[in-house]
Amino acid sequence: MALKMVKGSIDRMFDKNLQDLVRGIRNHKEDEAKYISQCIDEIKQELKQDNIAVKANAVCKLTYLQMLGYDISWAAFNIIEVMSASKFTFKRIGYLAASQSFHEGTDVIMLTTNQIRKDLSSPSQYDTGVALTGLSCFVTPDLARDLANDIMTLMSHTKPYIRKKAVLIMYKVFLKYPESLRPAFPRLKEKLEDPDPGVQSAAVNVICELARRNPKNYLSLAPLFFKLMTSSTNNWVLIKIIKLFGALTPLEPRLGKKLIEPLTNLIHSVGAGRGADRAVSAVLISLSSGMPNHSASIQVRPARAGASPPLKYLGLLAMSKILKTHPKSVQSHKDLILQCLDDKDESIRLRALDLLYGMVSKKNLMEIVKKLMTHVDKAEGTTYRDELLTKIIDICSQSNYQYITNFEWYISILVELTRLEGTRHGHLIAAQMLDVAIRVKAIRKFAVSQMSSLLDSAHLLASSTQRNGICEVLYAAAWICGEFSEHLQEPHHTLEAMLRPKVTTLPGHIQAVYVQNVVKLYASILQQKEQAGEAEGAQAVTQLMVDRLPQFVQSADLEVQERASCILQLVKHIQKLQAKDVPVAEEVSALFAGELNPVAPKAQKKVPVPEGLDLDAWINEPLSDSESEDERPRAVFHEEEQRRPKHRPSEADEEELARRREARKQEQANNPFYIKSSPSPQKRYQDTPGVEHIPVVQIDLSVPLKVPGLPMSDQYVKLEEERRHQQKLEKDKRRKKRKEKERKGKRRHGSLPTESDEDIAPAQQVDIVTEEMPENALPSDEDDKDPNDPYRALDIDLDKPLADSEKLPIQKHRNAETSKSPEKEDVPVAEKKSKKPKKKEKKHKEKGRDKEKKKEKEKKKSPKPRKKKHKKEKEERSKGRKKSKKQPPGSGEVAGEPVHNGAPEEEPLPVRGTSAPPPHTCDVRGSLQEDSQVTVAIVLENRSSSVLKGMELSVLDSLNARMTRPQGSSVHDGVPVPFQLPPGVSNEAQFVFTIQSIVMAQKLKGTLSFIAKNDEGATQEKLDFRLHFSCSSYLITTPCYSDAFAKLLESGDLSMSSVKVDGIRMSFQNLLAKICFHHHFSVVERVDSCASMYSRSIQGHHVCLLVKKGENSVSVDGKCSDSTLLSNLLEEMKVTLAKC
Amino acid sequence: MQFMLLFSRQGKLRLQKWYVPLSDKEKKKITRELVQTVLARKPKMCSFLEWRDLKIVYKRYASLYFCCAIEDQDNELITLEIIHRYVELLDKYFGSVCELDIIFNFEKAYFILDEFLLGGEVQETSKKNVLKAIEQADLLQEKTETMYHSKSFIGYKKAY
Repeated sequence: MALKMVKGSIDRMFDKNLQDLVRGIRNHKEDEAKYISQCIDEIKQELKQDNIAVKANAVCKLTYLQMLGYDISWAAFNIIEVMSASKFTFKRIGYLAASQSFHEGTDVIMLTTNQIRKDLSSPSQYDTGVALTGLSCFVTPDLARDLANDIMTLMSHTKPYIRKKAVLIMYKVFLKYPESLRPAFPRLKEKLEDPDPGVQSAAVNVICELARRNPKNYLSLAPLFFKLMTSSTNNWVLIKIIKLFGALTPLEPRLGKKLIEPLTNLIHSVGAGRGADRAVSAVLISLSSGMPNHSASIQVRPARAGASPPLKYLGLLAMSKILKTHPKSVQSHKDLILQCLDDKDESIRLRALDLLYGMVSKKNLMEIVKKLMTHVDKAEGTTYRDELLTKIIDICSQSNYQYITNFEWYISILVELTRLEGTRHGHLIAAQMLDVAIRVKAIRKFAVSQMSSLLDSAHLLASSTQRNGICEVLYAAAWICGEFSEHLQEPHHTLEAMLRPKVTTLPGHIQAVYVQNVVKLYASILQQKEQAGEAEGAQAVTQLMVDRLPQFVQSADLEVQERASCILQLVKHIQKLQAKDVPVAEEVSALFAGELNPVAPKAQKKVPVPEGLDLDAWINEPLSDSESEDERPRAVFHEEEQRRPKHRPSEADEEELARRREARKQEQANNPFYIKSSPSPQKRYQDTPGVEHIPVVQIDLSVPLKVPGLPMSDQYVKLEEERRHQQKLEKDKRRKKRKEKERKGKRRHGSLPTESDEDIAPAQQVDIVTEEMPENALPSDEDDKDPNDPYRALDIDLDKPLADSEKLPIQKHRNAETSKSPEKEDVPVAEKKSKKPKKKEKKHKEKGRDKEKKKEKEKKKSPKPRKKKHKKEKEERSKGRKKSKKQPPGSGEVAGEPVHNGAPEEEPLPVRGTSAPPPHTCDVRGSLQEDSQVTVAIVLENRSSSVLKGMELSVLDSLNARMTRPQGSSVHDGVPVPFQLPPGVSNEAQFVFTIQSIVMAQKLKGTLSFIAKNDEGATQEKLDFRLHFSCSSYLITTPCYSDAFAKLLESGDLSMSSVKVDGIRMSFQNLLAKICFHHHFSVVERVDSCASMYSRSIQGHHVCLLVKKGENSVSVDGKCSDSTLLSNLLEEMKVTLAKC
Repeated sequence: MQFMLLFSRQGKLRLQKWYVPLSDKEKKKITRELVQTVLARKPKMCSFLEWRDLKIVYKRYASLYFCCAIEDQDNELITLEIIHRYVELLDKYFGSVCELDIIFNFEKAYFILDEFLLGGEVQETSKKNVLKAIEQADLLQEKTETMYHSKSFIGYKKAY
């Protein structure tokens, strides 16, 4: 052993340490990868050694490599090994490595649970500290659930250092395990008034973060925070509190008024310091959300004039917040904001853009968009340009095109935007075009003319290098031209444009739309020709179709191919009929009859269910394999496809029809079968040459437009000005006149209610409210919340009293049955609960008793020693241990006292003594880390008036149980307690025991020796005690489900035994609680006065009990996989029961 | 705060701390992307930028960039203040800190950060307390280290 160690330390001298590694990497700049792989090999060797120091060194190096981007997940297990080292140096490194490299997917993470639990309860605050810090980085839902209770306990730790860490980490725990919020909240709230400022600020942090997500649950805390705000001097805390109020005020307007005064005070007091304007804007930003604070905007302006970039940015940010409440005060800064658009910093430009969004009105929309358009032209860098584009569209389309007074202008803006090179937002423009064309009826004619010219110049769009983006516009163009073909001026021309060979280079889904709309167009041309009696013309069109369609039939895109071949056949058929002089136009156009009406996206949902209609009732009994209800939208689509060739049903269900169309459109857009084929580059090259020679853009359109060629939006601005001018002049006759002037100015809703002078009447109106919603639509906006919001789970009412079922699981073992019978899960939990109140009572009683005794004694004699025991048991994996410590008369007084959070049992064992030893409390925890090890944590409390030091604890080992001593010390050496105790102070020491067999109870004798020092001098004192490990203490409360329980009993490999106790008057309920409490059983099932109970030993023995209560007696039948254990257990139980 | 990165002007990562669990792949991707974006920015530009749905707050100290990602509602200025405070802490601990200090004692840099921030929230606003905690932990470390050495020394004696 010693040799090995020497060898280890010699080896270590040859190992690289971190510094060497770093230096090495820096010296191997050229072949870094090679050097590192060599290092990793060395590290792997080092990890194989037993010496923990070598391992820690290796892990430390790995952590560095991880940062450089090398994968170290293979070493996860070694990291855990280092984490569990007892030396703080190594533990620290282990936890650091874990916090850097572990994540939720790391599978070994579950192995850490017990190690972490052990470290959390370590006597050294720094051990606990590193464990908490590490845990905060890699906490998973499982870890959160298992450790929530331990962390909660730490929130009341004696050291503020631990308290604040525990408080902060609770936030992470809440996120991962929301059930813990309610039980932990009262304690969290307490921490707001913690004497330590660090803990207080931690609590403020946590509550602020929680409240930000779900403010309404935290309103009741407002007074407390108000007090904190006025009393605290810590700026960090203040900012958090203000932020919290920012979230609360929208819910409670009165709060806003109350806050004004303290806030203004704050602003003024902070304003004096060096970071004056910084702090001011920090405060402003936090508060401006929802506070009636006008001074805000006044303050921001100087901040922005100061114009260091961060402040400029924040000024803009603050303005956007103020904008929501005080739009007027921001609008006056329009020029400044537009200036910011020229800033070379993108973040500032983007912020300014955001502001513009909120600033537009009917009046200035055109002007602002015009400015933006010039920026679009100037902008370098596609990201910013794209951002501009989306912003333009956002600005224009916001609140249902509220600010657009002239849709012709808008369409021409959209068309101008199509000339942007390399934008990714073609689909956005397309969607806008479709939306406007469909919803604004009056604009259709204009839109169609624009679209047809777009189609005409399609080759331009399609041939640009980044074709994928903008050519989406053609999708909209083709559709609009087809659908509203009656508005086309030169349908024939457009038809030819759509049938050009170059169209085949477009992406598949666009081609498909082309094909479909070619037919629509064709149908309308046919009708025109036939009405005009031009049979030859009609035939010529048909011939054109027959000639050109085959190019689509050959398409590689299935959708295109299918549609094209279908239509080709149809057209051929028509050709035959035409040859026979049969009029076909009527029938062909019937294919596309029916008007398209816009429907709001949520309209369907909002149709109220008529009375007497049960939507859930089956109309027919379901077929065995029928489609589910959910598929309805699709079904609608299919059905619609089938009947399309037929004549449209009566006008009566026009709405229904519209919906189907919408569905069809949707379907086309979303259809996953529209595989977007990209034609081979070769082909593209063949098609593209000579683009420059093709005359484009400046086509003279013979549309009755005021604008020749492709209208420039600028011209609309002028026009619009004129229009407004006119409006003013002829205020009264305005409407009629304008209708004549701009025919498109037909408004659907004849008159607007009382327009002020400010208000400018739009030229066209968007249909929405009236038509797109069904009658008596329900004004609902539910389901707007994102169900995936991780914070939603924390939306918990915290003022409700805590229900039993919500208490934190103290110790839960996952067992196989969990998934099988979860519905019974609450049985053991509820059982546990019942113990709690009792314990508390007891605690109080004891405390009272202790005090009395103490007083008595103090009168009698010298300092009164007392030993108090706290016991707490923690099982890890499968370890549990109960210990009671006894002290022989003559030394001190031991009083057991039940401890925090329902940790297991306690036997009060008051013993009194004569001398003056330190009282202590002990806290026992099983440890998981190594087989059959138990940690006994003893809290030593000095109740005497002397200072106690040099404490040593020695225990006489038995064959079965052994105290683990530091390396190198002999069996008879005591284990030193690493602290001193001044009078009235308590501290915790931990000792580890190894237990071989658990089938029998154990008693260990021990002595605590110490030096008591007071004014009169120092005396050596001793305190004997006995540690009692009962069999029950090896049991772990394990929930069991009745099905699993039954199986266990049936298995037959359990031995049996029974006891009977007479003279019991206690109620059965209490009796069971007692058994659960003292012997760690859980109730599986209870029927009348009969109950089955279950528990498991740390070594995996199953113990089943059947408890029956007779008149005055109780019988307990037990089955267990080990007969000795069972009989010992039953003996212990008999003692307990006899006391009842 | 979601994460904190320290990187040099050459784009070498010097420290990374993630307060949200992400896979290594994502971390690497984010790091690469951010380092590029931040390094491309000119000195006069403002210290905040919007990136995905987060806000990035960065500041350059000598050759090192300190870069934090915060959520939309978080306060940028306080984040700058946090960065500054961290730099002050490093400075106090190492005594006028330079990049090399952080490279060679990266674990210390982490320990300091861990004492200052926990789970992305400020844990201790007092500089003094943070440094005290670190000093004491270091002391503890040295103690156990010397203990370790002395023990191996005893073992050595016994072996002979």
